[in-house]
Amino acid sequence: MTDEKRAEYWRYNLRLTIVLLAIWFVVTFLISSLWAGSLNAYSFLGFPLGYYMAAQGSLAIFVVEIVVYAKLMNAKDLEFGIREGDE
Amino acid sequence: MSLRKIFTYYTVAFLAVTVLIGLAEKFFGLPNKWIGWIFMALSLGIYVVIGIVTRTSDADQYYVAGRNVPAIYNGMATGSDWMSAASFISMAGALSAQGYAGLAYVMGWTGGYLLLAVLLGPYLRQFGAYTIPDFLGARYGGNAARIIGVVAAITCSFTYLIAQVTGVGLIVSRFIGLDFNIGVFVGLIGVLFCSVLGGMKSVTWTQVAQYIILITSYLVPVVYLCWTTFGIPVPQLMYGRLLQSNGVKAVEITRDPQEKATRALWKAEADDATAKSKAPGISVEEKDKLVAKAKAAAVQAKAPASGPSDDALKANYLTVPKGVGMWNFLALTFCLMVGTAGLPHILTRYYTTPSVRQARTSVGWSLFFIFLLYFTAPAYAAFARFIVYTKLVGSKMTELPAWIHLWKPAGLFDVVDKAGDGVVQFADFVVKSTDFVVLATPEIAGLPFVITGLVMAGGLAAALSTADGLLLTIANAISHDLYYNVINRNASLMKRLMITKVLLVVTALIAASVATFRLAIIVELVAWAFSLAAGAFFPALVLGIWWKRANKVGAVTGMLVGFLTTVFYMVGSRFYGLSWFGTTTIASGVFGIPLGFLTIWVVSLMTDAPPKEIQDLVTSVRYPKSGQAITTAPDITGRGAAAH
Repeated sequence: MTDEKRAEYWRYNLRLTIVLLAIWFVVTFLISSLWAGSLNAYSFLGFPLGYYMAAQGSLAIFVVEIVVYAKLMNAKDLEFGIREGDE
Repeated sequence: MSLRKIFTYYTVAFLAVTVLIGLAEKFFGLPNKWIGWIFMALSLGIYVVIGIVTRTSDADQYYVAGRNVPAIYNGMATGSDWMSAASFISMAGALSAQGYAGLAYVMGWTGGYLLLAVLLGPYLRQFGAYTIPDFLGARYGGNAARIIGVVAAITCSFTYLIAQVTGVGLIVSRFIGLDFNIGVFVGLIGVLFCSVLGGMKSVTWTQVAQYIILITSYLVPVVYLCWTTFGIPVPQLMYGRLLQSNGVKAVEITRDPQEKATRALWKAEADDATAKSKAPGISVEEKDKLVAKAKAAAVQAKAPASGPSDDALKANYLTVPKGVGMWNFLALTFCLMVGTAGLPHILTRYYTTPSVRQARTSVGWSLFFIFLLYFTAPAYAAFARFIVYTKLVGSKMTELPAWIHLWKPAGLFDVVDKAGDGVVQFADFVVKSTDFVVLATPEIAGLPFVITGLVMAGGLAAALSTADGLLLTIANAISHDLYYNVINRNASLMKRLMITKVLLVVTALIAASVATFRLAIIVELVAWAFSLAAGAFFPALVLGIWWKRANKVGAVTGMLVGFLTTVFYMVGSRFYGLSWFGTTTIASGVFGIPLGFLTIWVVSLMTDAPPKEIQDLVTSVRYPKSGQAITTAPDITGRGAAAH
């Protein structure tokens, strides 16, 4: 892999990581914590929304985020010819 | 036979045996004690058999399971390695007691996997060593970082281990009726069989087996309760309604005159004890006893929910804390997340996958399997509350089932007829430890005992699987990192494995003897371990991968500062009344983590950049297949394929 390619791969990885961590931060510390009190005014599936986000919503988002990360990075490895030949 | 087939047969067999025991209970009146024994013997038996079948003395197999555990099975093994007695036994209890505030555990113990997935997991796999101190030793050149890593790994793993052993003792003493101290040692036999005989290889496959037991046994009772309550067996969806009706019930109970009378009696007892404790010429012991008595009575005197209006009362359980409460909620969530991504026994699980690619996928599977239990826990808590409100409160004292008396020796809860009216009030229900929730709810709800037996097997699986992973981490830290890498590089493999095995037994025995002191509730002990791991490891690991400029001096001082700050605050606030911003002891890591990062950053910049080889090492862990891979098993392809 050329240096240029390496830099491109790493930039992609950095951007993806930052986006995922930003979502993680907003979901955990804002939506499910600091804003949860006001969100409780709304109801979702019979739950107060704030409580729901902390109890179930945020967890589901974390799972989806990791799956997206694995899919995108594994695809990137293939594109850049650095996928390992296992499986 | 393929792995999928093996584990499918195993799951079906386990369910079939459970149903058989259930039928035997219903039609032949199989005694409860027998059911307990059967479940314990069966599950311990399975673990012992797996330990024997997968025994090995090959280094790669022993330390990292040959690096050929497929992503999905590594995910399951991580799930049960991860979900300890705290998740299984304690979490629903904490949620039931604390309401919204308890959700810090649910979010904290899942969200950390995102940090692990994007910041650490794949890179550590690409580096490909045996232990976490291995990585620190290579990245920060020399033994200083490695030794601090060893000390931190032992401290947090040992704290965590005691909690697991306590959980084992609790389960065995209650269900089998063995003495707590003997129960602890019986449980340890199951753990030792796996880790001693086959190291990581045996532990991995045992953990997969344990995951299946623990998730089944967690879901069955709450699904059953939901089905009998609402006619729909999906508790995760239905408990929203339950939260509402629990709120209504809480108001009713608070306003009930009999309940008020009972609380008044507790209040009188509390006041009386307080007054007596202030009497002159009283001995210190006597005084301590009275103060404790006053405290306990005051808890009972408090209304189940307090608020001026009915609406405030109803919503109490769901109320989001403000001010210091919110700060502690945020701090605890943060510490648990960062700790999750810094715990050595979890991180090493990603060394065991065949590739970086599978390491990434495996973190996804891990969190999915953990998610199954965690998004059920708040439902479990709501159902437990519902059961106590509807089945226990208002029942006749004389008609309480026999199990109430069986639970007494376990010391988790008690029912006393304070007012002497023969009826159980909510204030008559004395909760000494919320750990009762998961273990006792099936019995309080009047479910068949086979379900309680199942829960027991699940709790045992949760505690033992985590204990396995922790024991191995401690033993490897001493034998591989300290003895082999620091003291004697010429030690033969046989000698190293021998030392590991002896250490496993010794560590297990020490943990068991410490556990007999019953130090603190399980959740608290575990939360301490997280703060310790978060403060010591996380900054050095993350910066080691993401910042080439991080150097040895920076990392060593940063790890020390992160670790010691956390310990300082933990000890200070637990024993000496230290309080920064009103932070609770369990969130101590909130100071150690940022200070650790800051120290590594500042000190690294003040000293020389790391040598070129180290910077090249950092580059190589960022790209899969970049030829770095220190120890990759040679025939991964064949074995990986056969595994599917």
